[in-house]
Amino acid sequence: MDVLYFAWVRERIGHPKDKVETTAKTVRDLVNELSAKEERYAVAFSDLSALRVAVDQELTHFDAPLAGVREVAFFPPMTGG
Amino acid sequence: MEIRVQQAGFDLGEETNRFANRQEGMGAVVTFTGIVRDLSTGNLDVMEIEHYPGMTEKALGKIASDAMERWNLGDILIIHRHGRLQPTDHIMMVATSAPHRVDAFQAAEFLMDFLKSRAPFWKKEVIGQKAAWVAAKDEDEESLSRW
Repeated sequence: MDVLYFAWVRERIGHPKDKVETTAKTVRDLVNELSAKEERYAVAFSDLSALRVAVDQELTHFDAPLAGVREVAFFPPMTGG
Repeated sequence: MEIRVQQAGFDLGEETNRFANRQEGMGAVVTFTGIVRDLSTGNLDVMEIEHYPGMTEKALGKIASDAMERWNLGDILIIHRHGRLQPTDHIMMVATSAPHRVDAFQAAEFLMDFLKSRAPFWKKEVIGQKAAWVAAKDEDEESLSRW
């Protein structure tokens, strides 16, 4: 599964993309798995209310299931326009 | 519907004319343009706009389709830039056409409200050696509830 990071999430983690092998059932499980991996992930994910998540390029929530998912992206609230 | 996500600048007059000239039977064209302004201190050097290629196009397409369903519209144009922009540069534009002005105005407002907080763009202000991500505003999120 590809895990993508944008804006300050990308900067805190230090790169734009990870390829992960995971058995995580939900986005929240994936967040916990990544946070346990390294401190910089734990820091980036420390306040989930400041983050948004997209699964296969659709905005969703942290309890969304990951079965069959190809791409998960984490980013701050969007500031378009 | 025409949706363009691009690094290059665009000519507002040309885009507006091209859009307006291809509308048949439409009595109204509304356009909105977002311009890089110096948000905080008066010495903004650069506005960097990051986006999520793939999702951006899908999200804008969804927002535009929702507007087409909701109002009696002829057509929609959305152009949004990314990359490094300077103060006074045009960031984005939307244009709507409709038989009557109310639909064109309302749809343009709807597009802008959703584009602000549902399209995956992130703005960063660069002032000298310092750079800061622009925080999303609560009122931008709240403005979605009126639709």
